[in-house]
Amino acid sequence: MKIAVCIKQVPDSWAEKKMVNGLLDRVNVDVVLNDLDEYAIEESLAIAEAHGGNDEGGANTITVISMGPERATEAVRKALSMGANNAILVSDSALVGADALSTSQVLATVIFKGEFDLVLCGTESTDARMSVVPAMIAERLGCAQLTFASAVKVDPVAKKVSITRVSETGVDEMFGQFPAIVSVVEKINEPRYPSFKGIMAAKKKSIEVMDLNAVGIAIENAWSVVIDASPRPPRAAGIKVSDDGGGADQLVTFLAEKKLI
Amino acid sequence: MTSCLILADFIGGKNTKITAELATAAARIGEVTAVVLAPTGQGATYAASLNQGAISKVIVVESDSFAAHGIGAVADVLTQIIATKNPAAILIASHAFGKEVAGRVAVKSNCGIITDAVDVAADLTATQLVFGGSTTVHSQVCHGTAIITVRPNSITADLKAASPAVESLSFEISECAKKATITSSKPPLQGGRPELTEADIVVSGGRGTNGDFAAVEAFADSLGAAVGASRAATDAGWYPHSHQVGQTGKTVSPQLYVACGISGAIQHRAGMQTSKAIVVINKDPEAPIFEIADFGVVGDLFAVLPKATEGVKARKS
Ligand SMILES: Cc1cc2nc3c(=O)[nH]c(=O)nc-3n(C[C@H](O)[C@H](O)[C@H](O)COP(=O)(O)OP(=O)(O)OC[C@H]3O[C@@H](n4cnc5c(N)ncnc54)[C@H](O)[C@@H]3O)c2cc1C
Ligand SMILES: Nc1ncnc2c1ncn2[C@@H]1O[C@H](COP(=O)(O)O)[C@@H](O)[C@H]1O
Repeated sequence: MKIAVCIKQVPDSWAEKKMVNGLLDRVNVDVVLNDLDEYAIEESLAIAEAHGGNDEGGANTITVISMGPERATEAVRKALSMGANNAILVSDSALVGADALSTSQVLATVIFKGEFDLVLCGTESTDARMSVVPAMIAERLGCAQLTFASAVKVDPVAKKVSITRVSETGVDEMFGQFPAIVSVVEKINEPRYPSFKGIMAAKKKSIEVMDLNAVGIAIENAWSVVIDASPRPPRAAGIKVSDDGGGADQLVTFLAEKKLI
Repeated sequence: MTSCLILADFIGGKNTKITAELATAAARIGEVTAVVLAPTGQGATYAASLNQGAISKVIVVESDSFAAHGIGAVADVLTQIIATKNPAAILIASHAFGKEVAGRVAVKSNCGIITDAVDVAADLTATQLVFGGSTTVHSQVCHGTAIITVRPNSITADLKAASPAVESLSFEISECAKKATITSSKPPLQGGRPELTEADIVVSGGRGTNGDFAAVEAFADSLGAAVGASRAATDAGWYPHSHQVGQTGKTVSPQLYVACGISGAIQHRAGMQTSKAIVVINKDPEAPIFEIADFGVVGDLFAVLPKATEGVKARKS
């Protein structure tokens, strides 16, 4: 199988994030591999391992695809050190501040050219928090959307993927044929740590860096604009009491004063 | 006249509270048409549940494709309706399903999309609270019909009685939507308590419960609240995943959020930080959750909660 995993480099969840000119400041901030994408990488490795592995020249290859600044090679390298085979990074100054529609257009084009059987994604990038890119890719490619999976079963012979979808609307069992776009929830597995051997091997793996010209598309449209962004006043420090037996009463009095009960 | 569509939100065959919230925001923009998607034979029943708020018209589409093909089929219908009605905006509930539907509609209709808005103004400006609620962003769609998903419980719904005109419509499902097939669906379990994202009060338990949610549930019941849980609690199997609050669980913004035995990891805060009031019970005075608490009790939840439950009951009787 040809498997792709879409990963994004994002500001560290704990980092203070700022908007500059309507865009998230991605320069002056610590960046990491989106932790929800680690589950997608792990699942791609598990799927490959269950069906003959992804050794050089073997039954499966795992390609990491990312769109972001050149600096995103760090996140890509981490995915490679977990065990993916190779990577494509789309980097272009025209993509600074790209929205989900442009992102999905870029990723879908790269995926289409790569003729992948299976594309794995996380359910959300922790900075944008939109959870729309996998659905948009499926729509653009006209292929099966199997998202929010808590379990994935692949049958390479029948070219069939079955998943359990978990979301606010309940639990669904669903399936589709290759090529399929799958996003995985964080309950699905426990991502491995890169081993020393993995880290060394990743240094030799190729990362193909492409600009939009090489991808073969132009991004002209802006579909939405940020009018303004302003920090909200931090929550004012509240009341803190130690429970010496009277904590519960104080709590109930607080609720009553605030008309919450 | 300007028109605005909303996608009526049905979960497990039940019209949820957000439908009226969407209608309230939509009425600021223009005449509201609600789209109701129902299984074959149930259109009239579904439509009849839209009897509140500023809804002028209901478009009912009956098809078994919605159950069989889910998101893709729903996106097909909405795209077809947008093409004929050309509304200024379409508002959809901001949960996983709603956001993915919105994403596909945006691609199909080549329209801009804004997710997780907490407010939408008459001029289509959407307000979002980003980065864990630390930043307010105003944005606008500048291409096509504005596709906006709205976070449940953020707009006060106008609940005046309504009797909208009902029109039915048929639609063509695309080949693309048929590529994914749903073989079985189970609606979420509610267990008699309010739904998490709709509730005015949420009481959540974390690792500090040590697996015993009885005190958390009893306090929740005294307040008529929904019960939530941290990921530590759902991962341990102490509470169902559907009750997880946070980045990879649900986003809630109730009037009151009570965190019991929860440390306040950034991923947990991401799902509750915009609650109007936050109350914390934690035995560690250094727990980061206290930083965002309006009222915090440093103490053992097993000592504080039962007494607080009695206290609430006494005040209510
Ligand atoms: C990709 C990813 C996604 C995640 N998504 C989520 C998410 O959606 N939601 C989420 O919640 N987390 C999420 N997390 C996990 C998050 O980082 C924390 O691990 C988790 O929130 C911790 O849960 P907790 O606060 O219950 O446990 P802990 O951090 O262990 O805190 C337990 C707290 O209970 C207190 N305590 C113990 N005993 C008592 C007692 N008797 N009385 C009072 N207090 C007591 C302790 O002082 C402590 O502060 C995610 C993590 C990752 C990596
Ligand atoms: N710039 C990007 N490069 C690669 N993958 C991405 C990018 N943005 C989003 N994705 C993928 O799409 C998923 C959902 O992202 P989002 O819709 O932005 O919340 C992520 O978990 C990634 O797998």
